[in-house]
Amino acid sequence: MKKLVSSPYLLWMVVFIIVPLFFVAYSAFTNDAQEFTIGNFSSIMKYTPVFLKSLWLAVVSTVICLLIAYPLAFVLSRKSPRSQGMLVMLIMLPMWINFLLRTYAWMTLLENEGLINKFLELLGFGSVQMINTQGAVVLGMVYNYLPFMVLPLYSIMCKIEPSVLEAAQDLGAGRFQTIFRVILPLSKTGILTGIIMVFVPSVSTFAISRMLGGGSNMLIGDLIEEQFLGGAYNPNVGSALSLILMVVILIIIGVTNTFDSDEMEGMLV
Amino acid sequence: MNDVLINLKNLTFFYDGDKVLDDLSLQIRDKEFVTLLGPSGCGKTTTLRIIGGFLTPHSGDVFFDGKRINDLPPHKREVNTVFQRYALFPHLNVYDNVAFGLKVKKLPKEEIRRRVTEMLETVNLSGFEKRNVNQLSGGQQQRVAIARALVNYPKVLLLDEPLGALDLKLRKEMQLELKRIQQQLEITFVYVTHDQEEALTMSDTVVVIQDGVVQQVGTPQDIYNEPKNAFVADFIGESNIYDGIMLKDCLVKFAGVTLPCVDKGFRRNQPVDLVIRPEDVRFVNPEETELIGTVTSVIFKGVHYEMEVMVNDLLWVVHSTAARAVGETVGLAVDPFDIHIMERMFATDKNYVDGEVVEEDIIEFLGVRFKRENLGIPAGEKVRLTIDPEDISVTSEDISDATVYLESLIYKGAYNELIIWLDETELILHSQNDEEVATNIGVKFDFDRIEIKPLVGEKEAAE
Repeated sequence: MKKLVSSPYLLWMVVFIIVPLFFVAYSAFTNDAQEFTIGNFSSIMKYTPVFLKSLWLAVVSTVICLLIAYPLAFVLSRKSPRSQGMLVMLIMLPMWINFLLRTYAWMTLLENEGLINKFLELLGFGSVQMINTQGAVVLGMVYNYLPFMVLPLYSIMCKIEPSVLEAAQDLGAGRFQTIFRVILPLSKTGILTGIIMVFVPSVSTFAISRMLGGGSNMLIGDLIEEQFLGGAYNPNVGSALSLILMVVILIIIGVTNTFDSDEMEGMLV
Repeated sequence: MNDVLINLKNLTFFYDGDKVLDDLSLQIRDKEFVTLLGPSGCGKTTTLRIIGGFLTPHSGDVFFDGKRINDLPPHKREVNTVFQRYALFPHLNVYDNVAFGLKVKKLPKEEIRRRVTEMLETVNLSGFEKRNVNQLSGGQQQRVAIARALVNYPKVLLLDEPLGALDLKLRKEMQLELKRIQQQLEITFVYVTHDQEEALTMSDTVVVIQDGVVQQVGTPQDIYNEPKNAFVADFIGESNIYDGIMLKDCLVKFAGVTLPCVDKGFRRNQPVDLVIRPEDVRFVNPEETELIGTVTSVIFKGVHYEMEVMVNDLLWVVHSTAARAVGETVGLAVDPFDIHIMERMFATDKNYVDGEVVEEDIIEFLGVRFKRENLGIPAGEKVRLTIDPEDISVTSEDISDATVYLESLIYKGAYNELIIWLDETELILHSQNDEEVATNIGVKFDFDRIEIKPLVGEKEAAE
């Protein structure tokens, strides 16, 4: 019975995940003439700096998201149910607008002749180069992926009972002790989920870096797109790049998960 | 050791605009087991949370060991709390839960180990150190919560209905165990409960609270045997409560009879409440007594039978090991010292309120308006209204004349005596219905039966 119920999902996964993966792998290990080769991989060694930059910017964005979202989620979870619903909706609101439109909006804001620079000039600070910088890319990532950090944190923090925090205070814990001894450990799963939810799209994005980073801030996502749709057309290399990116992400998820289960041991035994 | 450890002075606290504590004062002595007892919503938990530091009173002072601690945050107070639903740390095992307070204080590891082990022994949880707290039974979680608080050697342990979630048998065991721990460690316990039996079993001192006001403070025996008013008598144990009139010292008229009692110091003919415990009523030959009635119900309660006897249209509850048959005519007797006389909670028999004639034949009082044909008192005149308790009835709020706050409800043998608040004025009414105390209810007045007198000058008003 159980098997029967799960069969449509299994079928779905086979057709839309396993089979395409196989194609990607196949393409990565062959050349134009459909012959087996590992040349695709050796040819992309030169892209190592792009890989590192992608990872670095994704890490920075994830950390910033975490720093913003963590206090926000905590404050949110302590509000009355009524205002909680309202505020969560406000956080979700930008996501109702198309992702590209939102990023375009940032483009016009950050441009050299954009709104922010106009305003700065008006105040006499002079114009600042903002568009086409790494900062702009990070800003775009943080802006777009922040809700993915807030929501898992918020939902786990809602489960922390106020009386548990009172108990910590009662037992002599000041504000910082309460945060580090109670709130942080109790919200760890939310933190890890949030990190993965933000890191994975950040490391593989291509639209944000293209629109806000200009040509000089090419990321791994842009590189892959180039191989399939751009001037450097070479699907075999593109597949190899995708495969490597996937492995990197899997390793990172794996590492965070072991961290998770290690730390949670006390809770689950 | 009779030193006052905690001194609460004139505490007032509002929650959402409602007065939860009303000028509450209370002294708690060192090494005492004090129970704050009252119905839900009476302010007992609020009082406890003020002592714990989780709430700050809107007025009044909290003294601890002679020092004012109103603004001291909870983590700096020498008290620890056992919370209503334990509030254990779900991410820590039993040992780490208990060790939490000591680790926060950065005590040496060896001392932490020694104290935690010792405390787990005290609460009979040795060997449970590595267990996850979510896998423990309710009773075990309770013990962890107690150990976690006591391991800090607090001067005072606050317990907020700690046994509420346990089943009856476990609750009784834990009551005795708590008492044992308290005596063994010689720590002041402040215990909050709505369970009167729990309060009587464990406490050195019981504080009965209702509507944010301390009704009575005393030993369990005092509270049970000498309740100060009908509320306390009704709340603690079972009781027959009747209206009576004190004819003179040691003689009271009630329920259609006049009986000797042992209370003195009341005015002649002063209206009083009196309480008789069901176990103090004896069956006697009908020839030997004026209290003659018919048994209307018999229920077997294990140790005794609970019987209801109608005497002169008043219901008497009688506990006796000898059963009587339903319909049997019986005589009842009460010894003088078993009749407890109390001041009325509501001073007068009827309601006297001031009103005003706002326009011709229209009278307004306490925000309620009504019409009286041919009143003959000019507009603008003040009037004194006399409202019989029988002429106010409880109705659903949508058809009521006013919404009022129900402060107390006490069964008086033939009807419920309700004390309500309307527009900051206390009123008394009689009703056959049971209503939930400390809630808002709707009332309707029988306007045609209200007595109206013009109120001219102070002299007549005083009359």
